[in-house]
Amino acid sequence: MHIVVCVKQVPDTKIIKINPKTNTLDRKSAPAILNPYDAHAVQEAVKVKQLTGGTISVLSMGPPQATEVIKKSIEIGADRGYLISDRAFAGADTLATSYALSKALERIGKDIPVDMVICGKHAIDGDTGQVGPGIARRMDIPPVTSVIEVSEVNVKEKTILIKRKLTSGYELIQAELPCLLTVEKEINEIEYAPMPNMIRAARYQPIIWTVNELENVDRAQLGLKGSPTVVGKMFTPPRPEGGKKLEGSADEQVKQLMDLLMDKKDLLTVQSTN
Amino acid sequence: MSLEEYRGVWVFIEQNDGKVEGVSLELLGAGRKLADKLEVPLAGVLLGEEIKTLSNNVISHGADEVYVIDHPVLKNYRTESYMKAVIYLAEKYKPEIFLYGATPNGKDLASAVATDLSTGLTADTTMLDIDLENRLLEASRPAFGGNIMATILCKKHRPQMATVRPKVMKALEVDSSRIGKIIEEKINLNEDEMRTKVLRIVNDVTKRANLADAHVIVCGGKGMGDEQNFQMLYELAETIGASVGGTRDVVEAGWLPHELQIGQTGETVTPKIYFAIALSGAIQHVVGMKNSEFIIAINKDPNAPIFDVATYGIVGDALEVVPKLIAQFKEIRSQKGGEISYA
Repeated sequence: MHIVVCVKQVPDTKIIKINPKTNTLDRKSAPAILNPYDAHAVQEAVKVKQLTGGTISVLSMGPPQATEVIKKSIEIGADRGYLISDRAFAGADTLATSYALSKALERIGKDIPVDMVICGKHAIDGDTGQVGPGIARRMDIPPVTSVIEVSEVNVKEKTILIKRKLTSGYELIQAELPCLLTVEKEINEIEYAPMPNMIRAARYQPIIWTVNELENVDRAQLGLKGSPTVVGKMFTPPRPEGGKKLEGSADEQVKQLMDLLMDKKDLLTVQSTN
Repeated sequence: MSLEEYRGVWVFIEQNDGKVEGVSLELLGAGRKLADKLEVPLAGVLLGEEIKTLSNNVISHGADEVYVIDHPVLKNYRTESYMKAVIYLAEKYKPEIFLYGATPNGKDLASAVATDLSTGLTADTTMLDIDLENRLLEASRPAFGGNIMATILCKKHRPQMATVRPKVMKALEVDSSRIGKIIEEKINLNEDEMRTKVLRIVNDVTKRANLADAHVIVCGGKGMGDEQNFQMLYELAETIGASVGGTRDVVEAGWLPHELQIGQTGETVTPKIYFAIALSGAIQHVVGMKNSEFIIAINKDPNAPIFDVATYGIVGDALEVVPKLIAQFKEIRSQKGGEISYA
């Protein structure tokens, strides 16, 4: 069983600031972290490997410092790490990103054929969730998104049973391997990294490929050039007028609010239950 | 690619068990405006098994045309089969704009279709408009999880695709007198060639019903300080018969499970009354609640953007104000000896 997990280094959006003058992201303001959903993807690969045995590879695309998120993945339990890093990949939207990653997966698969690809539901800096299904299409394997449980892996039959989250409830899906899953956070809890993993991660040097080391690449489909979408403008939406701020002490404000609410007979009434 | 060959606005009509999802009707409302600006027809794409009768519903909500593919393999949503059907239609009829609801299935389908059509897809948009001069779709969405919107354009590829957040756009009033054209298409789909099977669908409404259908919501932010303080929101909610939700920060801090997150990456809600407590009102959050009927904001910071969308605001420390609110509601209930009920 060879599982490849796609991971992304992202700015921690909880901390990130926007430069109000340029309306751009002040990347220096936020620490770079392993996308939280991807951590769950790696953890799920570890759980599957405990059942089936095999190898877990992680793949990332980004600047050289993205090796940090590969090391983090090794800590969680991945065996190998690959980073594709090249100016040619820069500025990619989701379509160009899935193209580059699928080319890297092609190369990884030459060493050991890939049985399963796992991605996080989405990256917290883009929130799109479009790259995972895109990779699956390019590899011509079935995608299953919003996975909340891997219920069964049958290595001999090459099938997998998965619970997929729906708007209300879930569905149980049987998929043929190889397939691609994107996982929700609730699929597992990230476990504390065992000491040997941490030591291994600290010393680990991932394999880094430039575009020249990938095969049959159509450069027109990479990076900014290969991206059909562009950001037209960034703007702060017009502030709505807003309502009325109440005045006075906390007690007075609460009192005013209660009067206003109790007047709203079209919204609520207090009825005697007797 | 000759862009001029592509004409018309399409909406993917998501149906489950023969029932059209609300977001698809909302998109027909939004799509109608875009189609009118461009002076082109608005079409719905309806896939499934024995679903043709739903076409009238699509037309009465604003569509001029409905493309229907009825096939047993399309009974339940699956990426593989639905993708094939949608791509077949899009390649044959060439729409210039194609919208999908940002539901699990809509996002899944749109991502796969965009890859095969090698076109641009904007995720989770909350505003749609047309740049008429350049005949471009302007799809805007909150970016960076923060206080800023980005407008995404797809200049050289067609169709221009976007997924759109549920409950952000407005459906049109039903007009049963509308007349539209139903175009039935056939494609070859073979169950044996499908690599995924839906074995069972389990409806579990308990988690979702809480927020999506709640009349009153008490939503707390990081300003509650810690998990223990956050508990007082449950007491308020219990007193007034509300459901509790939280911001992204609160969920990421682990005070609430993800399904109770309100905002761009969580639920979109439209209750009668919404209490926004100790939360600043980042766009990320506001897009998920701004269509609530009566919004009450409580925040220490008088400049917090949440006051811009609030109907009434209390400037004050939530830890001080919320207990007073609870006390007041309890008093009113005991005076009148009853429950609070909502219209």
